Amino acid sequence: MSERTIKVDYLARVEGEGALYLKIKDNKVEDVKLKIFEPPRFFEAFLRGRDFWEAPDITARICGICPIAYELGASYAMEDACGVTVGGQLRELRRLIYCGEWIESHILHMAMLHAPDFLGYQDAIQMAKDHPGVVRDALRLKKIGNDIMVLLGGREIHPINLCVGGFYKVPKKRDVRALMPDLEWGREATIALIKLIKTFPMPDFKQDYEFVAMRHPKEYAIIEGRLVSNKGIDIPIRDYDKTLVESQVPHSTSLHTHVVGRDTCHVGPLARYSLNFDQLTPLCQQTAREAGLGPACFNPFQSILVRGIEVLYAFEESIRIVQQYEEPDAPRVEVKPRAATGYGCTEAPRGICYHRYTIDEGGIIRDVKIVSPTAVNQPTIERDLRRFVEPNVGMTDEKLQWHCEQAIRNYDPCISCSCHFLKLTVERS
Amino acid sequence: MGVAVKPKLAVYKFASCDGCQLSLLDCEDELLAVAGEVEIANFPEASRAVAPGPYDVSLVEGSITTPHDAERIKQVREESRFVVTIGACATAGGIQALRNFKDVREFISLVYARPEYIQTLATSTAIADHIHVDFELRGCPINKYQLIELISALLRGRKPNIPKHSVCMECKLRGTVCVTVAQGTMCLGPVTQAGCGAICPAFDRGCYGCFGPKETPNTASLSAWLKDKGGKSPDELVRAFRGFNAYADAFRKESEAHE
Repeated sequence: MSERTIKVDYLARVEGEGALYLKIKDNKVEDVKLKIFEPPRFFEAFLRGRDFWEAPDITARICGICPIAYELGASYAMEDACGVTVGGQLRELRRLIYCGEWIESHILHMAMLHAPDFLGYQDAIQMAKDHPGVVRDALRLKKIGNDIMVLLGGREIHPINLCVGGFYKVPKKRDVRALMPDLEWGREATIALIKLIKTFPMPDFKQDYEFVAMRHPKEYAIIEGRLVSNKGIDIPIRDYDKTLVESQVPHSTSLHTHVVGRDTCHVGPLARYSLNFDQLTPLCQQTAREAGLGPACFNPFQSILVRGIEVLYAFEESIRIVQQYEEPDAPRVEVKPRAATGYGCTEAPRGICYHRYTIDEGGIIRDVKIVSPTAVNQPTIERDLRRFVEPNVGMTDEKLQWHCEQAIRNYDPCISCSCHFLKLTVERS
Repeated sequence: MGVAVKPKLAVYKFASCDGCQLSLLDCEDELLAVAGEVEIANFPEASRAVAPGPYDVSLVEGSITTPHDAERIKQVREESRFVVTIGACATAGGIQALRNFKDVREFISLVYARPEYIQTLATSTAIADHIHVDFELRGCPINKYQLIELISALLRGRKPNIPKHSVCMECKLRGTVCVTVAQGTMCLGPVTQAGCGAICPAFDRGCYGCFGPKETPNTASLSAWLKDKGGKSPDELVRAFRGFNAYADAFRKESEAHE
């Protein structure tokens, strides 16, 4: 009879505050809790009584790492409520700034938060001492993502230029075209980074997931599409609440999500990649195959590679948009409020981010629901931990703890977002 | 032994979106240089390694919203030489301070089905309401160049060059035509502290006050102008001042005056 606990009181290299608690009895995992103690933040409540026009700016403050997901999710929901469609170059600009956010967020996670786990460093700054070129290139890649955000959004964090209907001001053609040399460098540097990551030791850990992501008939979905899964979901966004449900657990200020009548689900890069591989560019597909990835990926540790493929896609898509860009006549489509409920969902770097708003005829917000991707993934992370620990129970506490942290970081969890995240506790008995 | 000891930097998070501490990681061109000058001793978002205190500079992000955090911040003060608050949440309670105007119990039941699991305070308050703060950086989010200036100044033992004048000054320096005078757009620029670079007016929209009140702001005069000449309703004025710095004294009083 032996019992041990592993506890991490404050998880590092994640966005927000969380902890891990693991209780092992007779080499069996008795309890796993990904505790989220990020203070509760009441965005759904603050938004009631505000003007529909304010929702993108206010919801951006849910997350400093993926503000575009909130600004655009809110905008799409309001446009849906008011019967407005945003197309043409304005839609292209929305995809372009979202590519900027994917690049900035994915590279931050891959190079600075996740790669040190594979190579055994405490952090990217330590890693930079032995691999200065890699860290410098990663910082430059990240900066290019941020440069897109600054040009289109005014600043990297909480951009100010996005609004319901489009933008306050559209960028000049010459300024957009000026991004090209960096984007072309970024595309090549990303391929080099993926080749390097391919050499990292990769735990063999395939899981049976229900992947949920958006799918669009014509493009690798980022801003619009139907919600689909590999186990039968295929619905318009407005049916989200009938398909995915939330429940509250005592150890978390973040709500947990399940598929109705089934189990937990998995959102984010692995889900998007596995459901929409056919829509990636030929260069992305070829680079993925050379990195040893198939057309679907069920090993969450390989998410670092899949993020790399998505960064490559974001660079290629940015190049396409920049090359065809012409300044639109107006910076936005006029949106007149009406009493209605609207739905919006976009692919944040960490997965689907759902918004629902009810507004009145004067445009005042009466009801709100927002679901962050980490809230959806939290129970899946706990299930991964349980399944990862049992075959590896012989590891020392220190080693097991680090591997568990790495398994959590596979999801790039954004705890600030989900509370509306992480300490590790392993208890062995 | 004559070995120079690097100053130790710590970064703490309270209720916040992570954006302000992300600003440090967003200093792509300066990050490795900063890491060469200071020991990043306690920065959980970036590193697993935690060196024990005391710390020379502690950057504090976020506001105080839970009983546990109200105690934790005292510990931060005890082990820090300089405490610097970064961003609107830490300096004024942030967007979370909207709860200060309402009944928080109602908020909990709106978001959470089982309110008994949730521990929260009725208010979201600035760090300076709990401990002595040595310096503050405004903004939602902070400006990363102001952060680099602040770290450089503290390392050299000089006062940081952080202007206290209004956003209007930055518009003039940038050559932006006034959006209020020219288009009648609601703009908090005249009463808001500079530091962002007057981005919003340069993108054809009014300032929404994310750097909080400037020194001696004349909010009443601005409201009168917006009401009389801009045709704004009291509700619109309340919402304008009740944003990301809603509980900063000058903005709070002005929003309450129109309720």
